Amino acid sequence: MERSFEQYFRQNRLPHLWCPGCGNGIATKAIVQAIEKKGLDRDKTIIVSGIGCSSRASGYMDFDTLHTAHGRAIPFATGIKLANPELNVVVITGDGDCTAIGGNHFIHGCRRNVDLTVVLFNNNIYGMTGGQASPMTPTGKKATTAPYGAVDPTFDACKLAEAAGATYVARSTAYHVQHLTDMIANGFDNKGFSFIEAMVQCPTAYGRKNKMSDPVELMKWMRDNAVMKAAWDKLPEDKKVGDKFPIGLLYQDTEVDYATAYEHVIEVAGGAGK
Amino acid sequence: MSKARLMQGNEACAEGALAAGVRFFGGYPITPSTEIAEGMAKMLPKVGGKFVQMEDEIASMGVVLGASLAGKKALTASSGPGISLKQELIGYAAAAEIPVVIVNVQRVGPSTGQPTAPSQGDVMQARWGTHGDHPMIALSPWSVREAFDTAVMAVNYSERFRTPVILLMDEIVGHLREKVELPEASELEIYPRRQPSKTRAEGYQPYAPAEDLVPNVADFGNGYHIHVTGLIHDETGFPVGNPKVTREAIDRLHKKIAIAQDEITHVEEYCMEDAEYAVVAFGGTARTAYEAVLEARKKGIKVGMVRLITIWPFADKAIKALAAKVKGILVTELNYGQIVNEVERAAAGQCPVELCAKYDMTIFEPEEILEGIENLAGGNK
Amino acid sequence: MNSEITLKLPRCKGCGICVAFCPKQVLGLSELGKVVILKADDCIACGQCELRCPDYAIFVDKKVAK
Repeated sequence: MERSFEQYFRQNRLPHLWCPGCGNGIATKAIVQAIEKKGLDRDKTIIVSGIGCSSRASGYMDFDTLHTAHGRAIPFATGIKLANPELNVVVITGDGDCTAIGGNHFIHGCRRNVDLTVVLFNNNIYGMTGGQASPMTPTGKKATTAPYGAVDPTFDACKLAEAAGATYVARSTAYHVQHLTDMIANGFDNKGFSFIEAMVQCPTAYGRKNKMSDPVELMKWMRDNAVMKAAWDKLPEDKKVGDKFPIGLLYQDTEVDYATAYEHVIEVAGGAGK
Repeated sequence: MSKARLMQGNEACAEGALAAGVRFFGGYPITPSTEIAEGMAKMLPKVGGKFVQMEDEIASMGVVLGASLAGKKALTASSGPGISLKQELIGYAAAAEIPVVIVNVQRVGPSTGQPTAPSQGDVMQARWGTHGDHPMIALSPWSVREAFDTAVMAVNYSERFRTPVILLMDEIVGHLREKVELPEASELEIYPRRQPSKTRAEGYQPYAPAEDLVPNVADFGNGYHIHVTGLIHDETGFPVGNPKVTREAIDRLHKKIAIAQDEITHVEEYCMEDAEYAVVAFGGTARTAYEAVLEARKKGIKVGMVRLITIWPFADKAIKALAAKVKGILVTELNYGQIVNEVERAAAGQCPVELCAKYDMTIFEPEEILEGIENLAGGNK
Repeated sequence: MNSEITLKLPRCKGCGICVAFCPKQVLGLSELGKVVILKADDCIACGQCELRCPDYAIFVDKKVAK
């Protein structure tokens, strides 16, 4: 039976360009299934991406889609949302795109609480350019620009989003597909800046450099190290060690979103209805 | 009752953009352009538009492109250092054919330079600031009223040609206060954004050019499911990695402006009927140059002035014709010498081209330009 | 056979994720590096393969009794 999610893909653009075993395809499917689950109007849903492996996703998705410049997806998405608040705006970005070159846009997008749903495909590496270290490459892991292991400490993008003012912050993985889909779908319900970190495997650039070139190994690592938020909270500190990390809804708040707040400005200025 | 108002160039620019239908502004504070952002912050919500102050100049450029894609006429304003940062996405706007107007109120550079001092040092940056081959439209007003008029023109051209347009002001005009009477809305010709003429079912292609080589790209949210990218793309909007498509795409970007060049390229002539010499000037500098021309006339030198309103595309035809007519051209500009090279190129050796340049924070004194005219005319007066 | 497995082979890149996560070892990879069904009868239609296929190349349906 043909799957209903297929209608959200530009069939003539498939198969996609990602490497065999790449997790980006899984995360992309999770997004369209979340869109389907929440019944978002396809004609009123805009997919905005930056540059990098993750950001090629927009080209495969049958919506109005915008493949912007490196790191700039959130400013473009902000413009779209503020210009036409009835649109659902989904941002697809990567760890380099979002937290390095787009880092400032990311924190200010969170701060403004613009009603966007930002899904970060975290593959821990710059894949498109051949495997350079990103701000989310774990310290000590290898990359072409970190041949002796990454020196830099690593960003926790979820903590960053929370601290900067995002009102919905969640994490899941390409192994936990249904959970990932739910995390994204629930993000759509939040009227404000929703951030979902989707951990995805990169067997080609990250895995090969770090003795995990089999995508299955990388997915098993996700399975074995991800801890559901509720269990994570009960875990004693001495058990939160090694590669363990929490997944699930990590933070939620209710604050007025930017477009709604600006409606008030328009009202005060006397421009309502114009 | 006179409708005359005392107004600053930057304010008039904001009023012009608003009158042309701009309903979105994204910006970042920078001297000497900040009054444009401040004006927009105050005026836009009054007409149901939106203003957003972004975290940096790059984001300011991104947010206006997003708003434009979603159907709003959009403006951003900055000065040299900010314009340098915006270049990445000015190139994106050229490649993806997104209408947008960028105001550059020029100050002295390079780098942080002299933030409050006037300059015309960004004319080449306006043309070549971003990477790759693409045409550019840039306009430069010389008065407060013309700041309004060129703002309207800039918005119209950006929409009509689906291209970024740079409104190349300078600190002289930006901070100049003059008594102006602005036109009524009914007196303005506003170019409405073209909409797709076909449905998806009829085979609509977002980047298929119309007769004027400009595509009718659908605004987001209208059900066309278009793809917009900064990668070289074909008529479908999707990236294509082949030489033919690449060549055709870059050709069309240039041709859509080239075929309309006569219509876009505005120059104005002053005292040129019997002129044997000409001063070429633009922006705030043209005000001083005009006074110098009048002084020179009093001294019996048959000199006139050609003022470039459109800086890019360059007025090749007008300058070529001018060089054929006069015995010499003096180019005055507040920089080390930029437009002079274009004038020399267009003049193609038909007459001598001299430069009267200044780049020391101060504006020209009429005497300085007069001296240039006298030197040019030499013993021939 | 309780299930029906559909393959969209042009999409398959042979990553082996479906093979590895199948609890019944129903699937394998061909010499050409594409998914093959080795033991169709053993399939319990759990859908683990479809769930994690990054290329949308494999689909499993429970057979409806006719």
